[in-house]
Amino acid sequence: MRAILYPLTVAAVLALGACATEEQKPAPTESTTPGTKPPSAVQTPAVKPVDATKKPAASPFAALKDPNSPLSKRSIYYDYDKFDVKDDYRSMVEAHARFLRENPSAKMLIQGNTDERGSREYNVGLGQRRSDGVKKMLVLLGAREDQIESVSLGEEKPQDAGHSEGAWSKNRRSDMLYSGEY
Amino acid sequence: MIRFLSTLSLLLWLAAAHAQLSIEITGSGAQRIPIALVPFAGESALAPAISGIVRADLERSGLFRGLELPPINPPPTEASNVNYGEWKSRLADALLLGSVVARPDGRFEVRFRLFDVVKQQPLGGIAYTLSKEQARATAHRIADFVYEKLIGEKGTFSTRIAYVVKRGNRFELQVADADGASAETALASFEPIISPAWSPDGKRLAYVSFENKKPVVYIHSLADGKRQVAANFKGSNSAPSWAPDGSKLAVSLSREGGSQIFVINPDGSGLRRLASSGGIDTEPRFSPDGQWIYFTSDRGGSPQIYRMGSGGGDAQRVTFEGSYNVSPRISPDGKTLAYITRNAGKFQVALMDLSSRQVQILTDSDQDESPSFSPNGRMILLATVIGGRGVLSAVSADGKMKARISATAGDVREPAWGPFVE
Repeated sequence: MRAILYPLTVAAVLALGACATEEQKPAPTESTTPGTKPPSAVQTPAVKPVDATKKPAASPFAALKDPNSPLSKRSIYYDYDKFDVKDDYRSMVEAHARFLRENPSAKMLIQGNTDERGSREYNVGLGQRRSDGVKKMLVLLGAREDQIESVSLGEEKPQDAGHSEGAWSKNRRSDMLYSGEY
Repeated sequence: MIRFLSTLSLLLWLAAAHAQLSIEITGSGAQRIPIALVPFAGESALAPAISGIVRADLERSGLFRGLELPPINPPPTEASNVNYGEWKSRLADALLLGSVVARPDGRFEVRFRLFDVVKQQPLGGIAYTLSKEQARATAHRIADFVYEKLIGEKGTFSTRIAYVVKRGNRFELQVADADGASAETALASFEPIISPAWSPDGKRLAYVSFENKKPVVYIHSLADGKRQVAANFKGSNSAPSWAPDGSKLAVSLSREGGSQIFVINPDGSGLRRLASSGGIDTEPRFSPDGQWIYFTSDRGGSPQIYRMGSGGGDAQRVTFEGSYNVSPRISPDGKTLAYITRNAGKFQVALMDLSSRQVQILTDSDQDESPSFSPNGRMILLATVIGGRGVLSAVSADGKMKARISATAGDVREPAWGPFVE
């Protein structure tokens, strides 16, 4: 098996090497020696070059994980008892709305969260108010309603398990997740 | 090596599944009946000792004080003659005598008799035939008999409680006896579980699980572990509460925008919206007569407790003191509303007399949650935090008796006291 593969591999590499150049093999010219019958034109099939030296166009979904892209930012934070999206997060939400508009098959889950104070079930309601607010903004900016599900985790999944205002401020948040991430 | 590890993890799981809750009484009722609980003759044949369980049950109610007694030889039984004068001089108001006899077939007979020392008359007794595994349950029945005869209401010593334990990243919904013994795990998960709710027949638990990365309401049959999804609509599904006849549940759903109250059948059919508000409506609770639903709503700007007919319609506000009143629970006799109020920044249990509308704050802790009435309305079980740990607290409805219940490891929360059964 190996004996056959090696020459095949070599042949394949050579063939690839042959294709991966920018230059085109020139078509053979006709000889113009006087008195002789011109040879019939030799038709050489055209060779369309493929340039593998450049990286392929990036999948739009790769931007979701690109730390340089606003799409990799997924969390919106809130003041106590508030559920409005502050101006600081406007451009992030706009970037996600554009992504959802331009990729109609993309689906998002928004999870709203609260800090730990108070009734767990009322906090499920407060977290829902937060995620609903983000969804509303995305839909106003052009995402389709059925691309997005807004839910609540209440106080149950804190980002910071501490009991100080510093911890609580990290837990009052909405997180945007795309399919495959939940 | 793998075999060893899997055996070890199985043992750890079993140990965790049967982890006991420990109970510490931190306050006791003022008027306690002094009762002589004489060790049953022959009770060392059964473990645990019957009279010890009866004593612990009665003392935990806060209404009884078990007298310290010198050993009596020969040990009396339920058939012994009773010298009431002698027991009166020992300051007993009541006397319990009994016996445990092993039968040739490996089962046991337990008999007891209760006596009213003040009125100088017997109050009755029962003879049981049981296997040794039923010793604990038999002792609880005896405690229930004593409680009912001397207090005049049903005892709750044979009931069960459900609660959630969090240990690290693991959550377990557990069911234990009312004294915290014999804990069994109904559901283990790496995602949170909240709001367990007993079906009126005590056979099923509704609860909210986050295992799907969003809240979903499940109905879980305890005996066989089979469960079904009751509500998994788009958005959040939570706050399940059973109607008193077990035919449907009230829930809070965000499927139509915001959190609103619906009713649904346990199999997920028959969805019907009950109310509309521009706020968060959640924590619905049926009154015991099935006529009303009490619920939490912030439609007026702050979370307060409201009441509407159980078929839906207009709601009336019930709480007016304070800016944060949530988690309504109705006492089994329908006369008292328990709830959580934020009082000077502390979350505490409040009781409202529904006819006079007078409010009394029952606890002085600061992170109380999830109050649950015992089925005789005498005690309230709640979740709180002591020393940074989540524990349960049982408080008598008159505020005089307190017991603290903690898990051997981890945080306990979300208690729900089960119904009387049989």
